[in-house]
Amino acid sequence: MELDRIEKLLERYFEATTTVAEEETLRDFFASGNIPVHLKPYAPMFQYFSEAKEERYTKQVPLKPRKKYLEWASVAAVVVLIFGIYFGNAYSKQQEQRKAEYAYQQTKKALSLVAANFERGTEKVAYLKEFEATKEKIYNEK
Amino acid sequence: MQQTEFLNVVLPFKDKLFRLAKRILVSREEAEDATQEILLKLWTKNKTMGNYTNVEAYAMTMTKNFCLDRLKSKQAGNLKLVHSNYEDNRTSLQEEVEVSDSLSWVEKIMEELPEQQKLVLQLRDVEQYEFDEIALLLDMKPTAIRVALSRARKTVREKLVQKHNYGIG
Repeated sequence: MELDRIEKLLERYFEATTTVAEEETLRDFFASGNIPVHLKPYAPMFQYFSEAKEERYTKQVPLKPRKKYLEWASVAAVVVLIFGIYFGNAYSKQQEQRKAEYAYQQTKKALSLVAANFERGTEKVAYLKEFEATKEKIYNEK
Repeated sequence: MQQTEFLNVVLPFKDKLFRLAKRILVSREEAEDATQEILLKLWTKNKTMGNYTNVEAYAMTMTKNFCLDRLKSKQAGNLKLVHSNYEDNRTSLQEEVEVSDSLSWVEKIMEELPEQQKLVLQLRDVEQYEFDEIALLLDMKPTAIRVALSRARKTVREKLVQKHNYGIG
């Protein structure tokens, strides 16, 4: 009687027309242990399904990682960037000024050197005047 | 949604996610990684999660898609053989050994099923979902599910009977 019902259920089970409750009955039947020989081959199937359902996810559920991390990282990056641009600019300006001053000093030095030499040149020219004056004297005495 | 609230929603079905992931990916480690990934994804979406009518179905669909993507990707392809630690299948004299042996046989038979049949069988016979729930999860028509399920069950039966006969002979 009972077996009859199980066999009918099995038939419908393989046509996939059983309900969840009926499949539960089948699983219970094959878990019970006293299975007739001709149904034995089916047993592992149902036992396996029951066993497979026992498998658990044992790892910890890790929550709140990398939350907002990226946001803060981007804020920090922007701050660093702005500082970099600001101070970088100031530094390069300072450098430029220093260079300009150096160039100015060098030019000044060079110019004063030229001036000094020039002066020496004009001193020598003064002798030329002496020569002229003497020449005049000689001409006039003639 | 607060963390505890989130956990209360998610914890009841996290094992189901894991089992589905393991069914698709086979390897336990891969399945654990996948499950963790899915839970994290859910957590990052926790603000909008209240809008979903069925979080479990949503999570299951997510897991299915995620794992199938994983399978397709090269990365998983490289790992595939590492975890198939097949057991010795010689018929043992001890009944108990034989039983656990035949259980792992069912697992192997399920592994060999086509993707869709595997999923349907997992959702129906292991997780005991109703047809319309499976229809929602897999985006299939209930009649198609019935056909796939019937085929899957028959294939498992056929291979089991084969194995059983070899065992005796």
